[in-house]
Amino acid sequence: MTDTVLIETRNLTKSFGRVHVLKGVDLQVHQGEALAIIGPSGGGKSTFLRCLNLLEEPDGGDVIFEGQKINRKGTDVDRYRQKMGMVFQHFNVFPHMTVQQNVTLAPVLLKKKTQAEADEQALRLLDRIGLLDKKDEYPRKLSGGQKQRLAIVRALAMEPDVMLFDEPTSALDPEMVGEVLSVIRALVRAGMTTVIVTHEMGFAREVSDRILFMSDGVIVEQGAPADLLDHPRQQRTQDFLSKVL
Amino acid sequence: MTFTTVFQNIIKILAKYWDVFLLKGVSVTLALAAITVFFGAIIGALLAIMKMSPLWILRAIVTAFVEVIRGTPLLLQLYIGYFIVPLLVPALEIGTFASIAVALIINSSAYVSEVIRSGIQAVDIGQAEAARSLGLSKGQTMTKVILPQAVKNILPALGNEFVTIIKETSLASTFFVGDLMTSYLVVKGQTYLAFESLIIVGVLYFVLTFVLSKLVGAYERRLKQSD
Repeated sequence: MTDTVLIETRNLTKSFGRVHVLKGVDLQVHQGEALAIIGPSGGGKSTFLRCLNLLEEPDGGDVIFEGQKINRKGTDVDRYRQKMGMVFQHFNVFPHMTVQQNVTLAPVLLKKKTQAEADEQALRLLDRIGLLDKKDEYPRKLSGGQKQRLAIVRALAMEPDVMLFDEPTSALDPEMVGEVLSVIRALVRAGMTTVIVTHEMGFAREVSDRILFMSDGVIVEQGAPADLLDHPRQQRTQDFLSKVL
Repeated sequence: MTFTTVFQNIIKILAKYWDVFLLKGVSVTLALAAITVFFGAIIGALLAIMKMSPLWILRAIVTAFVEVIRGTPLLLQLYIGYFIVPLLVPALEIGTFASIAVALIINSSAYVSEVIRSGIQAVDIGQAEAARSLGLSKGQTMTKVILPQAVKNILPALGNEFVTIIKETSLASTFFVGDLMTSYLVVKGQTYLAFESLIIVGVLYFVLTFVLSKLVGAYERRLKQSD
């Protein structure tokens, strides 16, 4: 982890109709940091994560990525999104493309790589996650865990500066959670900046540098995993942890 | 009128007029339906794009158009096409067939635009989010991710639209365009055997739509399998 701030939010707010989902969130994510966001459902975790790459447009406040305010009219958001990989709860792999095509689509289309370079990279990435033998299959032949691993390398193929994980294991059968977490773990160990919204407390404790507890649209408490999980100071954090731990 | 005489009359009519039904009627009906769905699909696609535009005025125009087309009888639209289209472009000396075809195309485009729009919107929103999160533009997301998947929803529905249009073209016989229902009018006029002629035409319509529906159904199942 370095001192460089990669993503910063200032007083971020977001409402859906009359529901205030985010009530002013300030956060700095440092380069190389692994950040876990925990908290009750409906507390704003996923919305906050989706505001970072502007899949949700914040109503107010700033999203600053690599020194640039990106939630401004006229900003070429697509260019910034190329540097922010995202992995979704429901995988969202492209069913009409083979496993390999899933990985090569974006780098080739966005002219980051030639088809040959992208193919070579795809094979390397697929090999790393043990899906090389599936490269010509369509995603319907894959298990949930395999789909999610594919979704991770699809995002990695763009060589992003940060990876955002939105409950990456919540839709998986229990026996497949481990294989996906181990891919994420390896990424974190390799120094990738990571923001992960998760319900896997053990995993958050193990891999993250910092844990954020979000509830009712605000960051209630944050700290090193051991501090926050073992010695929560806020009542709301204590209540939440007593239910899930 | 016994069953036997009806049956014998049908045989007699078919022996003499089979070409009126099959060569003329069926082929004109199929051609008219094909032309309608083909151009209806092209215009319908444009309408669907307008309907999903961020500009409210475009959306409003399409919505109004679709509502008017759906809220008025096709026969009325055919009459308007029959009278108006030749007036609009008199230089082309558009005949009855073309005028009726234009009216059918306009009618079909309204329905097809809804088919295309709902086919696109039926693609999981997560697909678009994943594509955008990789940095793809809206256009790239549409052409590379959404449309290839939407086609699987749209093509079978277009096939069904074709089947529907086959039946609806019968209204065009009001203007003697030579479709299958016109064949009925012609043969009835010459033989005075209305009931028998109707049976023949009815069987032909049924065979056409039944076979085509089954083909569309089989095609749909094949598309589903590749998901």
